[in-house]
Amino acid sequence: MEQILFLTHTEKDGALGKLALEALSGALKLTQELDGSTLTVGLVGGNVQPAAATIAGCGAGAFLGVTGEKFAVSRYVSDAAAFEALVRRREPSIVIAPATSRVSRALPGVAQRVGGRIDTHVTGLQVEGADLRIERWYYRQRMLAMLTREQRPWFMIIDGGTFEAWSGASGSAVVESVAVDLPALRTRVVGEQAATGGAATIRPDAGLLFVAGAGWTKKQSDGQAHIQEAEALILDFLRKSGASLGSSKSLVDQSGEGQEVLSFMTHLNQVGQTGSTPRHPRGLATCCHGEEPHVVGWRFIKERRAVNLDPNCGWAQGKADVLYVADAFQVMAKVNELLRGD
Amino acid sequence: MSSGFHIVVCGSLVPDPLQTLEPIQGPAGPALKNEMMLPSVLDPWAAHALFEAAHLAKRNGYRRVWLVSLGPKARLQQLMMSVAQKVPFELVALDGPASGFSDAYEVAEPLATAIEGIPGLERERLLVFGGCASASRDSGSTMQMVGERLGIVDQFVAVDKLTVQADGTLQLLERTEGGRYQVSVCDGPPAVVAWATGELPEPLNNPQVGMQNMRAIMPALQQAKPAAVGAQGMSFLRVEVPRQRRDTRVVKDLAVAEIASEIVEWIKG
Repeated sequence: MEQILFLTHTEKDGALGKLALEALSGALKLTQELDGSTLTVGLVGGNVQPAAATIAGCGAGAFLGVTGEKFAVSRYVSDAAAFEALVRRREPSIVIAPATSRVSRALPGVAQRVGGRIDTHVTGLQVEGADLRIERWYYRQRMLAMLTREQRPWFMIIDGGTFEAWSGASGSAVVESVAVDLPALRTRVVGEQAATGGAATIRPDAGLLFVAGAGWTKKQSDGQAHIQEAEALILDFLRKSGASLGSSKSLVDQSGEGQEVLSFMTHLNQVGQTGSTPRHPRGLATCCHGEEPHVVGWRFIKERRAVNLDPNCGWAQGKADVLYVADAFQVMAKVNELLRGD
Repeated sequence: MSSGFHIVVCGSLVPDPLQTLEPIQGPAGPALKNEMMLPSVLDPWAAHALFEAAHLAKRNGYRRVWLVSLGPKARLQQLMMSVAQKVPFELVALDGPASGFSDAYEVAEPLATAIEGIPGLERERLLVFGGCASASRDSGSTMQMVGERLGIVDQFVAVDKLTVQADGTLQLLERTEGGRYQVSVCDGPPAVVAWATGELPEPLNNPQVGMQNMRAIMPALQQAKPAAVGAQGMSFLRVEVPRQRRDTRVVKDLAVAEIASEIVEWIKG
């Protein structure tokens, strides 16, 4: 029997994000499968009442909330204090939370404060009798482990895409307000900015990941680099397809090698060992060799295709479903032409 | 204030990302096959933290940067042969496992203790740097726990830029969802900064820096305190490398128009 606390925060519009609703499904699954367990929802935000109302029908036994202006923004010191207060009020044995940047920043510190243990990037929850087991990856998506823990409270941050987002009837929820004793704030959140001044190229919900490898900026068959042409082709494709843009190498690595960089590429586009591990149903890699440090970021990309001039590149070694041995400049120009015709 | 940071970087070794990794069952839980023989590198995000720390120290005319590193002593020594040539730092070595299967909670404890034990370290000048996640455990938890252990509640995770402003405050850009940054201003140290890639390329090897570093690194390695780190209370029921190899269809000699047509059809699903 476990006391389960689902912890999350509201988004800027006061609603719950998709990741939160997915993690809520995970929390509900555990509550149903672990006999005698109870579920409490703990919310943090400027005003959590509307969010609580949207999940009023989820079956939680109680709703706790930390609210106020200081909790409307994402900041370690206030978030950790708010989550800690909710944990101490409920004294749960299991804490489930979504893998948002806000939760991922603050929750490990909360686990430390209350003497708990935490597992992040959880991609599966399994109940065997009275035992709870989780799945998570090690060595940057190279090994999959199933494990369990004796310690409580056991904090789990659930990766996006692990569960379907909860949907159900809204209603009225009585939210018990939990007070937080905040220390003097030394950090001010002064705003938000896009990673680039140009196009917004990262679209987590896109159906396609389009990876533009470093080859786009290298010398082509005529001995010249064609950066502007590359940029125009890629941006045109992103506009027409709605794809999310990924890069194979970090900007700092590329600039360190004296290589030109696509102007709209940012640190946040990087996929792989020192980048992200996005979840899109399809991925198309172009001018990218498919080296292991990049491909580890493709773990959750189901269908994979690549365009590369080298028939022996990494993608040919069982890393893609299809490798087109061709010039990506020519192929993408034609793809854009076909998409334009629709 | 800006000229007087005491910057401590937490970072250890991970297998070279080009190596094939195979899990085995060791006496104390899962481990990597031939782990002690695997070529290793400084954990990539921690390496970025070290480069940023050295850059910040140099720019502000202050040279004290410590690297607190937990790993098997012999492998740390090997690693230092290359890392020491990059930027100036003082090593604080902890002799223990560098396994990804150890628990962040257990790793944080000796790291925090080692930081507390650095002679002359001043808390009001302290910036604790590290990677936002390791390439081994990939937990993204250790730095926050080290910070909590040290009582530091101004923490920033997945940072790409830190600017010391004219008034001595720190402006930080943290990665958030959807390709955006959160911009925060912190009054100053003490703070924990868990770096993403930052903005600096890997520095070129500098043999002079290497020789200067190694003079202190060798004694630091000899004095490395043992750190009992593991995964108490955790039971690994299974660790496996899932089948990854796909039956790749390599398409050669197909006209560009046909390739494009296939791709468009596939995209539309």
